[in-house]
Amino acid sequence: MSTPNESTPVPAPTSTSGAAIAVEVTGVGRVFGGRSGAVTALDNVDLTVAAGEFVSLIGPSGCGKSTLMRLIADLDQPTSGTVTVFGKPASVARENHDYGIAFQQAGLLPWRTVQANIELPLELHGTGRAGRAERARELLALVGLSDFGGHLPSQLSGGMQQRVAIARSLAESPSLLLMDEPFGALDEMTRERLQTELLRIRAETGAAVVFVTHSIPEAVYLSDRVVVMSPRPGRVQQILTIGLGAAGDRGEGIREDVQFFDQVGAVREALHGIAPAGRGMDLR
Amino acid sequence: MTATWSGRLRLILAPVLLGVVLIAFWQWMVVHFDLAPYVVPSPSAIWAQFTENLSRIATASGATATNAWWGLVIGVVLAVGWAALASSLRVIREASAPVVTAASVIPIVALAPVLYAMFGQSVQTARVMVAALAVFVPVYINTLRGLQTVAPIHRDLMRVYAASGWQATRTVTLPGALPFFFTGLGIASSLSVISALVAEYFGGPVDGLGHAITSAVSSSRYALAWAYVLGAVVTGVVFYAATIIVERIGLRNHPEA
Repeated sequence: MSTPNESTPVPAPTSTSGAAIAVEVTGVGRVFGGRSGAVTALDNVDLTVAAGEFVSLIGPSGCGKSTLMRLIADLDQPTSGTVTVFGKPASVARENHDYGIAFQQAGLLPWRTVQANIELPLELHGTGRAGRAERARELLALVGLSDFGGHLPSQLSGGMQQRVAIARSLAESPSLLLMDEPFGALDEMTRERLQTELLRIRAETGAAVVFVTHSIPEAVYLSDRVVVMSPRPGRVQQILTIGLGAAGDRGEGIREDVQFFDQVGAVREALHGIAPAGRGMDLR
Repeated sequence: MTATWSGRLRLILAPVLLGVVLIAFWQWMVVHFDLAPYVVPSPSAIWAQFTENLSRIATASGATATNAWWGLVIGVVLAVGWAALASSLRVIREASAPVVTAASVIPIVALAPVLYAMFGQSVQTARVMVAALAVFVPVYINTLRGLQTVAPIHRDLMRVYAASGWQATRTVTLPGALPFFFTGLGIASSLSVISALVAEYFGGPVDGLGHAITSAVSSSRYALAWAYVLGAVVTGVVFYAATIIVERIGLRNHPEA
């Protein structure tokens, strides 16, 4: 609020004009009613994600980035405004299984094998046994866990469990992936490896991604656009277009690139424009 | 390989050795201090009575075990059914809470004399009911807790997948509740034997271990009474071991099982 939004050049991304729209958030507010008074988690948020576009939501704790993702997933409903996914209300999109989702916790069912975990959404939606097994095999290969289909989640490391969760989110070949800090609980090395893997998977599937993170380099490395949010109340502060090329062309080398550092600097600057500066931020 | 073998050997050997030492000490005490049988009979005398009356002890154990078994079955079925109702209907959950709390505080066997008066001295009904009531409480409490413990992330996932109520129950709620249920069952299986046996102290038909122990004591056959106690130990261990095996099978896919 203390920072006026004059520095917010919200350019309509060139890719959306004419192209299909994956997510459209219009004038969305979310107020949580509490005994000690109402808390405005989101205030008048507008956001458009084009089909096939990778958009990161970044901001300090309490800026409502996870809340926004939960609204898109229809895990929560906005107090005001509308959320549409592929032109449908969020609730319809959820019931049509239009998106895949991954959280900070892998959230695997501990009593199911890795393969049965990946098959879970297919099983619930009536895919036959043979079809499920076939798809699980493809996905296990995609995330590099072909030898672990019969293992239980507890026998896997945190990074491997997270890869299983990502495979599960891809099970129904969704055109939209929602990811809430999926690498947040991992060590730096695993995290960087999985980021590169996610870029490759995304290039192969062509899905749009809404990616919540609190890591600036992660947002820049992965995204087409980075949405910088400010807290109390949660608002879109600035949207930066990251011109690092298509997902398939980005490799580990980009992390050493001058352009990469420029973009990291730009996002950091946008975040530091938020008062109080950099609270709860991960500046790695 | 050798490490696990020696580890396993020590795991078995250590308690066996301790047992042998304790029994030897017990035997030595009785002989050395010339203790009277009513104070404590010697292990050799108990063992002699045990082997001599093996078929009578087995019959008595069978009678008690039958009551305990039916009590266990009835108690578990009722407890699981009621827990399922209580977890889906808030009214039932809240209405049951004070009754279950009361039942978990009072010793159920205290009801035995009243139940004998209600159902008669010549039938096993009172004993089975005591066992069933004793079983009900831990199974109900643990199962209900299990059914209500669904991780928020799993709840979110079920919503994301637009799973029906029954699908969510089958995929997430029931498997998640299983370890809780088995915790309750483990407590209940021992309780069923204890309750069925102690209920025999208060009357009822002239069979069962509890009745055999009291009548052996009243006719001053102390070593025989102890031999029946040994039979009770064996019965209890059999029930407990059976539960452990069922639990191992039921939770074979659960981690930390």
